[in-house]
Formats: sequence, structure tokens, C-alpha cells
Amino acid sequence: MGGTVDRRLTVLDTDKCVGCQLCMFACSRRFGVGGFSKSAIRVKSVGGVERGFIVIVCRACPDPPCMKVCVVNALSLRKGGGVMLNPSKCIGCGRCVDACPLKAVFWDNEADKPNICIHCGYCANYCPYGVIGLREVEQHATR
Amino acid sequence: MQPDKILYIDLSKRSFYVESRPDLFEKNFGGAGVAIRLLLEECPQKADPLGPENPIIFAVGPLTGLFPMASKTVAMFKSPLTGNLGESHAGGRSASAIRMAGYGAIVIKGASETPVYLALYGEKVYFRDASGIWGIGSSYTVGRIIRELESEAGLRTIMRIGRAGEKMVSYASVIVETYRHFGRLGLGAVFGSKKLKAVMISGKHSLKVDNPKAYRILYDKIFQLTVKSQLMKKYHEIGTSSNVIPLNELKALPSLNLRMTSLEDAENISGESLAAKYLGRRVSCSHCPVACIHLATLRDPYEDEPYFYKTTMVPYDYEPIYSLGSMLGLTNTDELLKLIDEVEVQGLDAVSTGVTLAWATEAYEKGLVTSRETMGLELKWGDGNAYREAVRRIVSQPNEFFSTLAKGVEKAALRYGGLDFALSFGGNEMPGYHTGPATHLTFLTGARHSHLDSAGYSVDEANAKTGARLTPKQIAEALFREESWRQVLSSLVVCFFARGIYKPDIVLEALQTTGFKPNVTIEDLTMMGVETLKNKQAFKKREGFNYRDLRIPRRIVEVETPIGFLEESFIKEGVEEFFKLLQQL
Repeated sequence: MGGTVDRRLTVLDTDKCVGCQLCMFACSRRFGVGGFSKSAIRVKSVGGVERGFIVIVCRACPDPPCMKVCVVNALSLRKGGGVMLNPSKCIGCGRCVDACPLKAVFWDNEADKPNICIHCGYCANYCPYGVIGLREVEQHATR
Repeated sequence: MQPDKILYIDLSKRSFYVESRPDLFEKNFGGAGVAIRLLLEECPQKADPLGPENPIIFAVGPLTGLFPMASKTVAMFKSPLTGNLGESHAGGRSASAIRMAGYGAIVIKGASETPVYLALYGEKVYFRDASGIWGIGSSYTVGRIIRELESEAGLRTIMRIGRAGEKMVSYASVIVETYRHFGRLGLGAVFGSKKLKAVMISGKHSLKVDNPKAYRILYDKIFQLTVKSQLMKKYHEIGTSSNVIPLNELKALPSLNLRMTSLEDAENISGESLAAKYLGRRVSCSHCPVACIHLATLRDPYEDEPYFYKTTMVPYDYEPIYSLGSMLGLTNTDELLKLIDEVEVQGLDAVSTGVTLAWATEAYEKGLVTSRETMGLELKWGDGNAYREAVRRIVSQPNEFFSTLAKGVEKAALRYGGLDFALSFGGNEMPGYHTGPATHLTFLTGARHSHLDSAGYSVDEANAKTGARLTPKQIAEALFREESWRQVLSSLVVCFFARGIYKPDIVLEALQTTGFKPNVTIEDLTMMGVETLKNKQAFKKREGFNYRDLRIPRRIVEVETPIGFLEESFIKEGVEEFFKLLQQL
């Protein structure tokens, strides 16, 4: 691992999620903008807020389906799982969105390219309830 | 970047257009400031509140989507309850969704001939047929259906009415997502009059700021204040229902139609007791980490089927506990939660419903109305079953008595008598504070006759502690200052619960950093607040409001407050002083 520990963003306990969406706002704010257009994480209710919330975010697959369907090789394997996007190669076909079984590849309508989670953990800094956090990558991530 | 685009929708013509109005937003920021100007423009003089000419206006602000807790949507309309200014605020995801859809405000005019709901995806506006969902018994079901019909879960708001709105009960609410409401003053009835069942809004625009680095620094400062300081503790932990015990101890908790100011077993319906035995989940509005929305888990066995339970999540806050609990002598927790649930299902304002039923109970006791009017229903303090049935009848309106109750307590008392104990101010039913003169002066002088206008109860509570006895003029000045500042907050659509965080210095910094108002000063803010208040007053005057006509319900001077009995002359003087200030500036 060359002295650095590979980490990935992990959903730790959705039952504590209150649906404030501060993580979604944080993700776009990394680019210095407000709103959701650049966000690679989404919180929605389980069919009505009375039943709680779902947090959808890239789980850093070791063998990512999104990468496999990219026709222009704009997605490359990230150390620790998941993918990195090379926006200059991306043609905005959207196949990666369809390929992800978690629906964790989001779309930036303004750039017409996918929002790919880079597992930086910035969003987790704004979760006051510890719903999400950065964790060291295990050999075979199961969560 | 300012949110200066306004979406105008005409339900009669099923048409829409977008107009940029920087003039409005530059001067009045957004929210209440912009909404009242739009109401003055769009609502014709002497409009019928339930006619197609009454516009529905939604407005958000320049900080929405950028900073935490700038998360409210201000709705304005002409109120079917008071026949004058209608203003109501709601959170949920409504504010984020409107801003992300690219708008600062939405104006809905006209009326549809057949039931319709609106689906707005950014620039796209769809008029969807709602005949298939009109008349559905529960507002929860309506939400469930639209959730399935429309996309963009997580990025959208679904505002809808229940049966009460369809039947145009004067205090019908609009339910937002679930458990949030445009509660007061009858927006639900205005939706119903337009055959508008729901409005779904979604979008994901990004919002640019002038100085991204400074923006992130300020964001962190506000975020830290929100989660680490004590400023949001009350709302974050037990919630607004933490008011029950202190107000009960203070003898300021209006009970049994304000014949009493405390109840022996108020403990049962206190926030502490609800948290210990019922609290099942807490949820938040979009872009607010506080999670003040408290949901009780009500487990109710089926009588005819053993081992079957109906488990319902019921929202509770101080106001519904007061209006549907202490005011009705309903201190059995299960029964109170069931009544709150019924009010949610039907889509009514909890405060107006409770106060109206409290009057009805006393009128029934006094023989002003009999079982002939109530159609055999015996209204009795603490009888949850009877009150649930009464709520259903207020909505279905099977006879003149219930259709009159559906118009609010003022109209009911004018028809059947008992005006002395009909607790309404400016036509709006009383909020849950009998703390002293200042709270009642707020109800009387506030632009929407709500405790939220200028929070007189805070003035009373402070005075009760220090023993200070303010003159009517001093109280009027304090309320005027508070209501003016609250115009600034509600123009930025900052939640009033966050007023301890959004002090003038933070507000200035936020407006400057985002580039919305690089050179704004405190004086500008103050001026804008006063101007908004004056604009509201201009609308009210135009529609026939005269503060000298304000009725002071006799009951409030008959029952002692924590700082003694109130005198009508004192209250009247306070009202005079307040409107003198408003006219002067």
C-alpha cells in the first residue's frame, strides 16, 4: 500500500439518518458551488420519511461494473476500489449510470457527465449523526 | 447569484411562463419581502379568497441551497379564514427544491375545472390529471401515490392537500413531504378552490458564489454553531414540546378553552414523557441538521383481530399538543396522538382545529348549541373519540353547524353566540401562550396574527423572571423591533428556530460572501425589514383591515396570567402604540 492506507466512504448506520442532506450539499460544495448538481451521494426516504432514509453512495467495488461498460475508457480503477473519471475522455453516454446496481453513479446535467465519488470523505465531516464515515478498505469489502 | 426567476402558472389556461425580476429580489431579497410585493401585484383588490383571482405565491431566498437552515418556503395568498393577508411558512424539501429548480418564486393563478396536480422538473411544467386521486380519504395516501408517479426521489418536494382542502375548510393546510405544513390561514382551501391537489417540484441546478473559499469558511462557521453550540439544543433534543412543562408550571398553558392555565396531568403530554415512551424517529428539513421533527410511534391494537396492530408515526410539536391536547383537556397520550393523526389525515391546521373545537365544547356545555346541532355527538373535554368524529364532520360538513365550524371559531361564535370565549385574534385562532400582555399584543398586532410574528411570549417570560413591568409603549416597541427583524429572516427564508445563529453579523457576512449583496449594511437590513412590514400593512389596509376593529376576546382578561390579570385598556393602548410606530416610520 506504499505507506498510505486506502479508504472508502462507508454507510455505517442508516437508521440514524435524519434526511438533512448535508452530505449532498457538502459534495457539491467541494467545487465551490451550492446545490446538488455535482453531488455523488443521495439521501432519499424509504417511500416516505416515516420509514426512514436510504443513503446511496459508491461502495468502491473492487471490480466495478461501471468501468466495464465505459466505451471510451474514461473510468479507471481506483486504488482501494471504485473508479476515477477522466472527464476529457468521457462522452456523456450514461452507460455507467445504468450499469451500477446501486444507482450510485449520478448525473451532472450541467456538465453532462457522471458524478463519481472519489471517497474523499468531505461529506462525512458534515454528518452530525455518524451515518457515513471513511473506513479502511478490507481485503474483501462486504458492506 | 440571486434567485430572480419567477415561474408564473395559470391553471385556467394551463399555461406558464418565466420572468426575471431582479427589481424585486434586489430590493426585497426573497421570501416574505418578495412574496408580499408579488401579492400586492397579483391579488386584485377585494379578491374572493376562494376565487380564481386569488394567487398562490411561493418564495425562497438567496441563501437557500447555500447555507444550513435557509430552508423555509414562504407562501402568500389571501386567507379564506381571515379574508385578509395569508402567510404561512413550511420547510421539508420545499425551499431546496424550488431553488434547485431554478426559481426564486412561483406564482399560481387561475383555477382548473377538473382536479389537477402540477409536476415541475426544473424548466419543465406538467399539468397532470388528478381526478383519480381527488377525494382519497387520507393525505398520506395521496403522498404515496405521487411518490410513485413522479421521479427524482430525494430531490423533490411534494406539497398536497387532504380532504379538508378539497372541501375548502377555511383552515385547511397544505402538507409538505410528510409532517411539515403550510398550516395556518388556509392555504389548503385555496388549493382546493383551484382544484389543485398537489404540486411536485424538483431540480438540481448548482448555485455559484462570488468567493468559493470564503463561502466554505463561513459555511463551516455556521455549521459548527448549529451542531456544537447550545443555540439549537432545545429543538434538537426534546423539541418544541419541551414547552409543555414550563408553561404548565408557570400557569400559562391555555387549557379547556382557556378557562384554566394548567392541567394536573399535563406531564402525560409533555415532550419529556413523549420522548421517553413514544419517540420513534427524528427527521430534518433539507439542509438542516437539527432534526426538530419528532415522530411518535403509536401502536394501536385492532379490536376485532387479536395480534394485529396498526403502527402509525405521528408528528408532535408544542402547538398541536396545546391545541388538540390541553385546550381540549385531552391528556391521554394515545388519544392525543390519534387526534393529531386524524388532523394530519384530513389536512387541517392543528391550532385552528383545536381552538374551534374547544369553543364548541364550551358552547355545548353552556347550551348555546345542542345535540341537534352536533347531530348527536356529545362534545366532552378529554373525549378523543368524539373529537376525532368532530374533525371528520368539520371536513364532511353534514349540516350548518359543522359547515360553520369549518369557517373558524370567529364565524361560529358570530352565528351561535359565545364570542366572549371564542379565542381568535384578527380572525385567526389563538396560539398556545397565555403568558402576559405581550403575547396577546403579538396575536393582535402581528401581520398574520400568529405567535411567530413577534414572539410576545418571550417578552412576557423575560419580564416574569425579572419582575419588570413594561408599559404598553415599551412592549409595542419591543414587538415592532422583533417583527421587523423577523421580516429580514423570513425574506432570507431562515428558519426562526435558527434566529440565535443568524444574528445580523452572520446575515451580513452571508449576503456579502455569496456576492448577493456585497455592500449591504445593517441599516439596509433594518430598512428592508420595516419596509416589508409596511408592505404587509398596505395590503391589509387595502383589504379592509383597521386595527381599531380588532376584537379582544373577553376570556383573556378573565383568566390570570403569570404576571397578573390583564386589563383591556392596557392591551388597547399597546395596539395603538404599535400601529403608531408602523405608520410613523
